[in-house]
Amino acid sequence: MTTDTKTAPSIEVRRPLEFTDARLDARIPGGPVERKWEQRQFDVRLVNPTNKRRYTVIVVGSGLAGASASATLAELGYQVQTFCYQDSPRRAHSIAAQGGINAAKNYRNDGDSVFRLFYDTIKGGDFRAREANVYRLAQVSTQIIDQCVAQGVPFAREYGGLLDNRSFGGAQVSRTFYARGQTGQQLLLGAYQALSRQIELGKVQMFPRSEMLDLVLVDGRARGIVVRDMVTGTVRSYLADAVVLATGGYSNVFYLSTNAKGCNTSAIWRAHRRGAFFANPCYTQIHPTCIPVSGDYQSKLTLMSESLRNDGRVWVPLQAGDRRAPQAIPEHERDYFLERKYPSFGNLAPRDISSRAAKEACDAGRGVGPGGLGVYLDFADAIKRLSVPVIRERYGNLFDMYERITGEDPYSQPMRIYPAVHYTMGGLWVDYNLMSTIPGLFVVGEANFSDHGANRLGASALMQGLADGYFILPYTIGDYLVSNPLARITTDHAAFREAEAGVNQQVARLLAVGGDRTVDSFHRELGKIVWDDCGMARNDAGLRRALQRIPALRDEFWHRVRVPGSGASLNQELEKAGRVADFLELAELMCIDALHRTESCGGHFREESQTDDGEAKRDDANFSYVAAWEYSGDLDAPNLHREPLHFDSVKLQQRSYK
Amino acid sequence: MNLTLQVWRQPASAANGRFVTYQVRDVSPDMSFLEMLDVLNQQLILAGDEPIAFDHDCREGICGSCGMVIDGIAHGGQRATTACQLHMRHFKDGDQLTLEPWRASAFPIVKDLVVDRGAFDRIIQAGGYVSVSTGGVPDANAIPVPKESADRAMDAAACIGCGACVAACPNASAMLFTGAKVAHLGVLPQGQVERSRRVLAMVAQMDEEGFGGCTNIGECAAVCPKEIKLDVIAQLNRDLLRASLR
Ligand SMILES: Cc1cc2nc3c(=O)[nH]c(=O)nc-3n(C[C@H](O)[C@H](O)[C@H](O)COP(=O)(O)OP(=O)(O)OC[C@H]3O[C@@H](n4cnc5c(N)ncnc54)[C@H](O)[C@@H]3O)c2cc1C
Ligand code: SF4
Ligand code: FES
Repeated sequence: MTTDTKTAPSIEVRRPLEFTDARLDARIPGGPVERKWEQRQFDVRLVNPTNKRRYTVIVVGSGLAGASASATLAELGYQVQTFCYQDSPRRAHSIAAQGGINAAKNYRNDGDSVFRLFYDTIKGGDFRAREANVYRLAQVSTQIIDQCVAQGVPFAREYGGLLDNRSFGGAQVSRTFYARGQTGQQLLLGAYQALSRQIELGKVQMFPRSEMLDLVLVDGRARGIVVRDMVTGTVRSYLADAVVLATGGYSNVFYLSTNAKGCNTSAIWRAHRRGAFFANPCYTQIHPTCIPVSGDYQSKLTLMSESLRNDGRVWVPLQAGDRRAPQAIPEHERDYFLERKYPSFGNLAPRDISSRAAKEACDAGRGVGPGGLGVYLDFADAIKRLSVPVIRERYGNLFDMYERITGEDPYSQPMRIYPAVHYTMGGLWVDYNLMSTIPGLFVVGEANFSDHGANRLGASALMQGLADGYFILPYTIGDYLVSNPLARITTDHAAFREAEAGVNQQVARLLAVGGDRTVDSFHRELGKIVWDDCGMARNDAGLRRALQRIPALRDEFWHRVRVPGSGASLNQELEKAGRVADFLELAELMCIDALHRTESCGGHFREESQTDDGEAKRDDANFSYVAAWEYSGDLDAPNLHREPLHFDSVKLQQRSYK
Repeated sequence: MNLTLQVWRQPASAANGRFVTYQVRDVSPDMSFLEMLDVLNQQLILAGDEPIAFDHDCREGICGSCGMVIDGIAHGGQRATTACQLHMRHFKDGDQLTLEPWRASAFPIVKDLVVDRGAFDRIIQAGGYVSVSTGGVPDANAIPVPKESADRAMDAAACIGCGACVAACPNASAMLFTGAKVAHLGVLPQGQVERSRRVLAMVAQMDEEGFGGCTNIGECAAVCPKEIKLDVIAQLNRDLLRASLR
């Protein structure tokens, strides 16, 4: 075995005095925040309806963002080619979302409004998101619900026949629409059905079991992708006038996360290597309510929807090391720590705050279950108040899932939960039109750095994915297409040949190592490094340690990995190996970003920067910006670009949920 | 616990397949079935063999990717449970299990336990939707929907498209899958306009894909991980009759 351990990279961040970076012009329209989107819709150049069919758009991804974008683009008249790695577009990871989708409908008359949703999202994101984008998201939210109902999405209803709502973390109004515990499934099936209709009409060509492995630039513009057919192994190029990435988040860099096993960073990472800036990679979300790890064979973590916190009460024993069964611990020897610390939000405190509070309790030796890595989520009071049938109606499928996985019955004993990696706020940088720093490359859904700042509120990812795909991208992309006449080329162009050769080489290289360690063993080890040192809490020493260990592990991977089989057929180990190779590069960028941001904000908790009572402390004077990293050719030394954040409509304040 | 597995290995669609026997040791009762296969696959890789190919993604019982016939029963025989949510505590030391892919001519085998379920997508493409385009739709609360209808629609819409119903049916019929979509859209006001066209088109596509007819055996509903009820088939038949009489 050869591992040349590198010395720690020096991360001296240059602080330009001037905050202007021409490549990070977000192209935000002028005027008051509530008029900006209307203004942009008026300003964009329109594509003549008969001309639209002359344009081809590639969409990579068929989740909420990709399926809604593909269907809508096709309805508008564009030729669309859509790709996904699953055997059917209906299986994209969005299908797993349980809890619900936010919208500022104010159907409950409880004081909700577009402004309040906007405000809650900005505050929830700890003032690290772009105001104009978030306001637009809140505006568009109401249309999403209308659209989904028209498609036949079976949202929960009240006896009068109108739509029901529930509340979610970080909000004091009920604005979350839901379809039992399967909201993501139903929204995705709505988008999938709209997509299927366009496939039938011949407007969308669908390529399942197809993995994008490179982006192709011609004259500095995104013109196509290189894809591996996962069944035959054939590597092929596809040409288009614009490329849309809707490939989801990168939580699987941690190996254990609530994401589906195939979720990956490869599409956005390869685009990053081709010049797309990667924004805020260290902003990751740890979800407070997941089923704890049960053993070292564990392959993924299962989320218990946050909606459970509407009725469940979170607690741990007051005394460290109390090993009694939960029912045997009397009321006054329990610590309902969220209710105690955050009386006004209680069990519905935002995710980052709830997760850290659980970690603190466990770190103090008061955790429950195997290894002390768990806290109770208790429904006894709710069952007393509401009865078992009401609780079953609300959460039945979640309770069933819990019992299937743990073998314990949550109706008679409290659930055990622990935080797990769930969502990535970071992603490719995009401007107001959702275009990356590569002209012609658009990024939607979780794959972009999104509207959630440093922390996402529950039920807002589904909203963002569908806002991007149904209502924003289809209009902004037209402006790019008419404004930029493109060279007529074919996939014989040298840029495509070069990219294909690169993909073929990587496949051959992975198969040739022939080492003695499996892909999974590397992935687990990487995940452990990132979880320990770039997880729920981060500090200078830990991040520097990770920055030594990751390049060493990457090097070991390329010397010792074993990928069996051939490249010319279905080879799941080969697919995984390619993804892990990319995670091994991304992880380093995450740590570099986390190290440079010495403030705490949202999900990024730097131990060095906390208030007296242990809450995240922002440093607005120095860090009120989006960190957008440019690939420099050297993984140790990416270039930092900064987009300043301005807050004109809300007042910056220390976040408090007390 | 220790287990003996007989697994269907088939290198590719056109190749011949056969059963291969494997021993798996030290299986923990808290493992999921797929985690048990992961452990076996890690051993196979290190021993220089090719791991067993099987489809999976969410491992939460919702994406519909996973699926295999375990000892003759699609998804392994725990009520309302996909293979990925099946846990080893339901098995015991010394068990011998056979693992096979879905067998149906409309679902060609791709490799080992992986099959091609593209036929399901084509059934939906034939008409499993409401033809509305983005924008210009009425307010979400403009048309009240009785709670009971919304609940029934949701019961049917819960189908994950896994294909177990087809695998379990002696006729390899896709009636439960197709009926679920017909019933979901058919009980909602939004689905009424195209109700007849939808059922005719979807059934025609189902036949074209080579799925068998339904002879009311009910194996499909027995294995369905989402407990889709046989009444969706009755609903499909009623809608079909009504549409053909028009
Ligand atoms: C368990 C769980 C529960 C959740 N619950 C909620 C909730 O209640 N409310 C909420 O708002 N949010 C929730 N979220 C978050 C939300 O589901 C996701 O953020 C959102 O669905 C992401 O959608 P997307 O379209 O961006 O990506 P995805 O749905 O992840 O889709 C990615 C697509 O890209 C394709 N793809 C990826 N890589 C490649 C490649 N290299 N080549 C080709 N194709 C590729 C995939 O095949 C897939 O089609 C939840 C997330 C999880 C994990
Ligand atoms: S009806 Fe049931 S068994 Fe058939 S595809 Fe749907 S979920 Fe699977
Ligand atoms: S892996 Fe998604 S349903 Fe089993």
